[in-house]
Amino acid sequence: MAIKLTVNNQPQELDVDPEMPLLWALRDHLKLTGTKFGCGMALCGACTVHIDGQPTRSCVTPVSAAAGKTVTTIEGLSGPAGKAIQDAWVGIDVPQCGYCQSGQIMSASALLAANGRPTDADIDAAMSGNICRCATYVRIRAAIHKAAESLPAKS
Amino acid sequence: MHLPNIEDSLAAWPPLARLVRNVSRRDFLKFTTIAGSGLTLGVAVPAVAKNGLTVLGVEGTPGDYSTPFVRIDPDNTVTVICKHVEAGQGVWTGLPAVVAEELDASWSQMRAESSPAQVPTYGNFAFGPKGNVQGTGGSTSMANSWDQLRHAGAYARAMLVQAAANRWKVPASEITVSEGVVSHSSGKKATFGELAAAAGKLPIPKDVKLKDPSQFKLIGSEKRLPRLDSRSKSTGTQTFAIDVMLPDMMTAMVLRPPRFGAKVQSIDSAAAKAVPGVVDVVQIPRGVAVVARDTWSAKKGREALKVTWDESGAEKRGTDALFKEYRQMSGGASAVKVDDKGDAAGALKTAAKVLDFEFEFPYLAHAPMEPLTAVAKLSPGKCEIWAGCQFQTIDQANAAQAAGLRPDQVTINTLAAGGTFGRRANVESDYIVEAVTIAKATGGNYPVRLIWTREDDITGGRYRPATYHHVQAGLSQDGKLVAVKQDVVNQSIMAGTPFAGMMKDGVDPTSVEGGTTEQYEVPHAHVTWTQAKVGVPILWWRSVGHTHTAFVKEVVVDELAAAAGKDPVAYRLSLLEKHPRSAAVLKLAAEKAGWDKPFPTGKAANGSFRGRGIAVHESFGSVVAHVAEITVTDGTVKVDRVVTAVDCGIAVTPDVVRAQMQSGIGYGLSAALYGKISLTDGRVDQSNFHQYRVLRINEMPRVIEIYIVPSTNAPSGVGEPGTPPIAPAVANAVRAATGIHLRKLPFDLAAAKAMKT
Repeated sequence: MAIKLTVNNQPQELDVDPEMPLLWALRDHLKLTGTKFGCGMALCGACTVHIDGQPTRSCVTPVSAAAGKTVTTIEGLSGPAGKAIQDAWVGIDVPQCGYCQSGQIMSASALLAANGRPTDADIDAAMSGNICRCATYVRIRAAIHKAAESLPAKS
Repeated sequence: MHLPNIEDSLAAWPPLARLVRNVSRRDFLKFTTIAGSGLTLGVAVPAVAKNGLTVLGVEGTPGDYSTPFVRIDPDNTVTVICKHVEAGQGVWTGLPAVVAEELDASWSQMRAESSPAQVPTYGNFAFGPKGNVQGTGGSTSMANSWDQLRHAGAYARAMLVQAAANRWKVPASEITVSEGVVSHSSGKKATFGELAAAAGKLPIPKDVKLKDPSQFKLIGSEKRLPRLDSRSKSTGTQTFAIDVMLPDMMTAMVLRPPRFGAKVQSIDSAAAKAVPGVVDVVQIPRGVAVVARDTWSAKKGREALKVTWDESGAEKRGTDALFKEYRQMSGGASAVKVDDKGDAAGALKTAAKVLDFEFEFPYLAHAPMEPLTAVAKLSPGKCEIWAGCQFQTIDQANAAQAAGLRPDQVTINTLAAGGTFGRRANVESDYIVEAVTIAKATGGNYPVRLIWTREDDITGGRYRPATYHHVQAGLSQDGKLVAVKQDVVNQSIMAGTPFAGMMKDGVDPTSVEGGTTEQYEVPHAHVTWTQAKVGVPILWWRSVGHTHTAFVKEVVVDELAAAAGKDPVAYRLSLLEKHPRSAAVLKLAAEKAGWDKPFPTGKAANGSFRGRGIAVHESFGSVVAHVAEITVTDGTVKVDRVVTAVDCGIAVTPDVVRAQMQSGIGYGLSAALYGKISLTDGRVDQSNFHQYRVLRINEMPRVIEIYIVPSTNAPSGVGEPGTPPIAPAVANAVRAATGIHLRKLPFDLAAAKAMKT
């Protein structure tokens, strides 16, 4: 039976193995390749998407667990936090090889959406699940702060 | 240090020899006509190559060649065709910057794309003067492109100016170019795009004048040149090999032997074939491939596959046994001489003080974030490859051999690589050949996308060689370094490969480069290398031999300074009289870090230990020094601040240089603090990031300050040189903080934990 879910505001029906990780359903079946495979064990964060707004490792999330839910991938990232994060990423040239950055941006935008003025400790907590082998970490931290400053502070 | 000549070494290697013969001058000329309505410059300037080679210190007279590196389209974009893979190191920004400078282009009109695989047009002159190998490695991309691309930009500018002069009927000398606009004092203006078609029809000028570096506007400018790939890499739109989607494409995974060197004995594919979505199970030389309609089915199919392995020829030793053997072999009967001056043995006997050091370095996986992936499409008489190719023409030759085709029948599409750090540059082109052999074994019926999982990557070999060093260093009564005896044991990356011709006097330079007696003045030196023969496949790993030689050198010298009662910076300077660049970089890092000011070393009130350490190292034509300030708490090292000085010649794009220093520090810290591949009875103990730990954001130094030495020298490497000196700088800081002498990587701070009161 097809699994129904919403991806980037589009209703989708997926007739796949319910155990298939959401990552592979997105990439292989919906051709949304911005979400990356890095480890398959929720250890590196390259596959991070938002499910109902929450950052989630799609490589260990069965597609059936996303049934009826709203999935946002890097291709569908929008809203003030998402845009601020992407602009900051480009503005200070965070990416190097760039492969992990979709996941970094999905984690960072979820952090910023929930916490308009994250401290360094908040950033460590939210971002330490995302590995970057190019070690762009100094710029990731700076970009998150920059993005936060570009948004009006929440009262 | 001169780079060895790879192309001569490879000349005898049949796949490549065939490739080189098959490329004729006519092939390059084709490129000069593909521009359509735009301008593609085929620049025939032997002098470019000659200058480029002089820069690298390699002798030789290059032949005649064309270099089509610049395309100007009617839409006014200037595309620089990059012969090097963009793997994060910034070539898609640095190489266009060189062209943009000489062209007086506007940065906003610059674009970058990968070149086809083609030699000698796109050969790497750092690999040899004939340009017969295309590849990215040894931090050579900028160094070997510098003169070539400056000329390419200057020729394009001259031809655009001439086209404008012809159109406006004015002397070319009255025309100026600025920010991508061609102007005449009469007020006439034209964009590059408007002039491109006319410029493309002009004869190529005989000569062009390059700018004097004092005229540079973009190169070296602290007004940042934004990376050309930041937007695509921040929106998920950059295409990596794993993102390639072709009609009817199938996805493959390969079950490989559990021990290196084992072979397939028998296959039971019934259960694998029963997995929905699996379409084929085929044996290939490197294992057994499961081919399926999607990645998940391929993975499940592989899990269901049963293969019995013949392990009679497999490597069954573990790393504990190997290090025991290395210790015994060190300086023994099979040791070959690397350096020999004066009388080291005699000087050690008469030295006032002799310090003895043993060091162990584990195997290391590169673990790029994009696991190895390649797409191969076979059709009659043709093979097309999509991958983050690091050795384009070697990959082309290997793919051709695997497909039973000629190299010129293989098209290589070099995509952005999701990191490589050396892993994608291997002479067997392992992952590309796997994709081709699977496509062939399945009859060329569909394009094949081969995906390695992280487990395949961590357990799949081609590691930084495990290495053992034994050093004895003698000091005179007044603390001067008089003698060093150093014995190195590891596997050879080059021996037994087509690169073996690069070995000199039986020594693999990648095993010993950056040695203590090479970079410091030591009157009496005796250095040997012993080749270990182990069935674990190995490879160059970001900064190659320097990953261990720099650690040994900088820890030894630091401890000698302490034994001599001297300041670590002053002591190093006394040994660097013949290495003024290293001395200057060391001094700059020390000055900027406030080395002359007291640092709160030792136990702090909260029970932590603080320390500061320094290290300097020359590699890939550049010198980097790091000062590391650290805190040790409960046996855990936290690097708080790093102050870096780098001399890389002209820093073409300073922000990319800074990014590479940050990256090199993070990569080196992963190895210092966590990185280790071990084997038990020949089986790799680690499988994914939970066991092969790498640095995370909370472990990255919060403060990294980078100072670039102003220089008028031609650019040298930046991708690798930041890595070697970070681990010894931190080790020296740990010793300052705790008194613990670190002799093995990754650091074992159990003793520091025990120090907690």
